[in-house]
Amino acid sequence: MPFKLKKLHFIRHNKKFNIYIFLTLLSLFFISPILVIIVNSFMGAEEITQQYPVFASSQSIQNNNEFMTMKLIPDMFTLEQYKNILLRQFLFLKMFWNSVGIIAAIIVGQVVIASTAAYAFSKIYFKGGNKIFYIYIIAMMMPFQVTLVPNYLMVDRLGIMNTYRALILPAIFAPFGVFLMKQFMNYIPKECIEAAQIDGAGYFQIFFYIILPMLKPAIASLIILQFIDYWNMVEQPLLFIDDAVKRPLSTYLSIIGKKDFHYAFAASTIYMLPALFIFFYWECYLVEGIQLNSGIKQ
Amino acid sequence: MKMNLTRRWALFVFLFPSLLGFLLFYILPFLGCGWYSLVDWSIGGSFVGLKNYVNILSNDLFLMALANTAYFVLLAVPATMFLGLLLAIVLNQKMYGSNIFRTAFVAPMVIPTASVVLIWDILFHTQGTFNALLTSLGFNVIDWLNSDKARIVMVLLYAWKNIGYCMVIFLGGLLRIPKEYYEAAELEGAGTINKLMHITLPYLAPISFFVVVISIINSFKIFREVYLLAGPYPHESIYTMQHYMNNVFVSLDYQKLSAAAYVVAGILGILIYALFRWENKYSSFHK
Repeated sequence: MPFKLKKLHFIRHNKKFNIYIFLTLLSLFFISPILVIIVNSFMGAEEITQQYPVFASSQSIQNNNEFMTMKLIPDMFTLEQYKNILLRQFLFLKMFWNSVGIIAAIIVGQVVIASTAAYAFSKIYFKGGNKIFYIYIIAMMMPFQVTLVPNYLMVDRLGIMNTYRALILPAIFAPFGVFLMKQFMNYIPKECIEAAQIDGAGYFQIFFYIILPMLKPAIASLIILQFIDYWNMVEQPLLFIDDAVKRPLSTYLSIIGKKDFHYAFAASTIYMLPALFIFFYWECYLVEGIQLNSGIKQ
Repeated sequence: MKMNLTRRWALFVFLFPSLLGFLLFYILPFLGCGWYSLVDWSIGGSFVGLKNYVNILSNDLFLMALANTAYFVLLAVPATMFLGLLLAIVLNQKMYGSNIFRTAFVAPMVIPTASVVLIWDILFHTQGTFNALLTSLGFNVIDWLNSDKARIVMVLLYAWKNIGYCMVIFLGGLLRIPKEYYEAAELEGAGTINKLMHITLPYLAPISFFVVVISIINSFKIFREVYLLAGPYPHESIYTMQHYMNNVFVSLDYQKLSAAAYVVAGILGILIYALFRWENKYSSFHK
């Protein structure tokens, strides 16, 4: 972290100080849910039930004047929930690895498909290219419910219902990746490519030696965005996969009942970790990817 | 001639895989949906023309869902974009710890849906944290999710999840503006407002297209959280298009669903076309 206490001389500047206070409060508000989930995951079952009676207690008679407040420090720190969920809930671990496998296939497939197609749209000029791309954008912006039925029909027709291919294939060809990569690629100046062409490079050389290396930040941000999206998919697996054991982890949290409510925070934390990890590891690329080689443009 | 051949070959190799998958999983079945929207029964139904369309367009629930969705997109999306831009401009100044703030603002994007729902339920439940706060301050309890206050909850939820991402994209755009422009403007005595209006905003225009598109997509995605939070039939102020389509899907009424899908596709098509024209205008302005 570039943050050094020595350099806190900004306190002298009042206006800047106010901005800092404001930003600190705001960012606390933004990350408080993550903190609450993580802290609560270290509570014992009893404490959680006491803390959130409305969700956790199975008794139908509840005291209406009782409110749920968030607790930021557990009475007793325990790993009980983690132990339970990792050692006794076989479904949880199984689903976790399902998710990992599905998402790895989706991301690898989409990066390949999206970067090549975006190259065609952005750098190989052809008749009707803009119109086709426009259709991609419309399809991309459709609410999920609109594409659900078409997807369902095709998955059924192809006979891949109840297999992972039903989740993976439509995701690989989702138009969002193409859109994202093309937006980035538009910023790669023509001169770069023309220079390479004069040196005798063909379309393939240009793609592999010029475009792809520049595309690194864009690919990183595609991975982050798609990871978040597909790590969270709920509707598709519920519709396309019949066996609960084959479903991804995202469906686990929605089947936690009142009886098992104390697992919810620990399960959420474990579920959140891969996403947080990828995010912190590559977050810089979210900005950089858009900035994309500003030096070359001049 | 030879050049042309390699160009075609390259086009084939690069574009064909994506195009094939896109046709197979998106376009062909969508055309199939078009057929469904014109018949009265999925299997062996007879052609009824535009009857399904007339049906849904005269359906109060559908119109309410459409109006709510439009209202949400027109209100929440610009507001979130504006706040994201504001944060980006603040964080773009030279200041210590701006990386930490940036990470904090984007973090909500990463929290999985189920966890988001869990926390927001604890906050906005009638017996939740916010109501605890309100009663301790001497106010009455508010039934957040079952009154027209639900709209506030939905907009807050959307803003909380998306301000950070808007901010990050704008930050990327701000970094790309050459510093010399600001220096030149300062030499000529331009103030903060002037620099903002004549350098910053015009140069962010192309990237704003990207932000608008992403924001609209994300505004449709917030449905999942709202659905899990308030159920399939929430208060009428947050009954959106997706609730309608979800419920029609569950009741297996594919004709209605297909017709609704085509209406939504049509509206979005016009909207995106307008955005496209706007983007072209601006990007040609820069060249």
